[in-house]
Amino acid sequence: MNRVALSVCTSVLQLALVGVGSLVLLGLMAKVKARAEGRVGSPVVQPLRDIRKLLTKERLHARHSSVVLALAPMVITASAAVAVGISPIIGTHPVLGQSADIFVIVYLLLTGSVASALAGLDPATAFGGMGASRAMTIGALAEPALLVAVIALSVQAGTSNLPGIVSSTASHPAWVFGPVHLFALGALLIVVLAETGRIPVDNPATHLELTMVHEAMVLEYAGPELALVTLGEAMRLGLLFSLVANLFLPWGVATGDSLGALAIACAALVAKTTTLALVVALIEVRSAKLRLFRLPELLAGGFVLSVLAVVMGLVIR
Amino acid sequence: MNTAYVSALDVTAGLVLFAAVMTLWRRGVRTIVSILGVQGLSLSAVALVLAIHEHDTALLVTGGLVLVLKGIVIPGLLLRASRLDPKSRETRPLVNVPASLVAAAVLIVLSYVVSARITSLAPSDATRLVPLGMATILVGYFMLVTRRRAVSKIVGLILVDNGIGLVAYLLTSGVPFIVELGSSIDVLLVVVVLQFLMVSMGRHSDVDVLTERRELRD
Repeated sequence: MNRVALSVCTSVLQLALVGVGSLVLLGLMAKVKARAEGRVGSPVVQPLRDIRKLLTKERLHARHSSVVLALAPMVITASAAVAVGISPIIGTHPVLGQSADIFVIVYLLLTGSVASALAGLDPATAFGGMGASRAMTIGALAEPALLVAVIALSVQAGTSNLPGIVSSTASHPAWVFGPVHLFALGALLIVVLAETGRIPVDNPATHLELTMVHEAMVLEYAGPELALVTLGEAMRLGLLFSLVANLFLPWGVATGDSLGALAIACAALVAKTTTLALVVALIEVRSAKLRLFRLPELLAGGFVLSVLAVVMGLVIR
Repeated sequence: MNTAYVSALDVTAGLVLFAAVMTLWRRGVRTIVSILGVQGLSLSAVALVLAIHEHDTALLVTGGLVLVLKGIVIPGLLLRASRLDPKSRETRPLVNVPASLVAAAVLIVLSYVVSARITSLAPSDATRLVPLGMATILVGYFMLVTRRRAVSKIVGLILVDNGIGLVAYLLTSGVPFIVELGSSIDVLLVVVVLQFLMVSMGRHSDVDVLTERRELRD
């Protein structure tokens, strides 16, 4: 099988797997939280059913909203989809894999966050603006930590190309137990909690005006557009989870060019992201949401951890 | 064998600096003291790893001494002192927590830049980790000048001492045993004296926030 066909195959598989899988991960985390709190909870596939239900509803826009409100869901989903397509999720040779630089991925994620903030501001509701302002504050603190944490890994691997980092980590298994990976993992876990709006930072299950961040921005969406926004946000979560899983446990990712390796990689990815989702769900169960003014402390901690990882990487290079 | 030695040394030395950063991050005084204990254990682990690698019995004994003193005895004493006021928290540090974490990041980078010249004199698996010790010293000084609680100030002092210890182990594979014994007993004495001062201050007034005191009564 030639290289190009395999790359296309990898990217298509990644999109399909992350598109469906991340929604199932959301359902799984909700289920784990429900069980830990002594409730039965909705089925694991509930997010998929919600999407299907939303797709059959009519499109509704607020009266004073502009074209931004209509465009934002597409931008959110498209930027997440591009990032998923080119990242090393099940194989190190996806389409455009050579341009899957850490900066490209971070800016693709940032495009999505800016689009959802603009969508929050556009209908000029009080909640939308508040949510957008909070989301931008959190994003401004979390993005640098994300960037610096991955730079720490790239210092060790000698490249800022994500597939390159994954494949060189796979060939140096001792790195995984080194301090660089340890500190960068700590930083990335904090960033992932912030970027995906999980509990110490934002509560995905609340609609209380004092605390909601992400929900406040999407309050004006209904029907197919809400489905698209939900899908885009879920894909962001899936992308971040699988990047964390692959950067720190690179085993199972297909580095060669055979279809069998891709199948193994799919199974490995499912196992790794499910474990990560369980860990995040347990963190959510065990912790309370932080006050908004305490968030800079948490995120600054993530930032200093990532700086520590970079300096560790430079020191032991 | 060699890669195991190198990564054990990297992780333990990294943990010493990580614990120093954690003390700036957390607010509860008891948590900070427990983190200090973890740092003492990591420091002794550095000494023990070096001792095993270089078959140095004196360093092995030093490592054991550090383990008992800085991992168990000093944190235990401080925990007892902080038990007088179990809910005490570092509520209003002179520099707030996010700013001190950013300052810590700057100090870490600074110590990396500064130590490059020292490490280039005799590059080895141990000496290249010297920036971590330097950074621990600087973070300790930072804690010492920006925190108000007496316990936090003692913790800052011990951070400085642990940093100096780390640099000494990494550069010279441990100072002579008698010197280490002397300095350890000095630190223990300082902690005991400071703890005594703190307890008697707490008995006279409920303010152990040093910057808010105007006079020392007896």
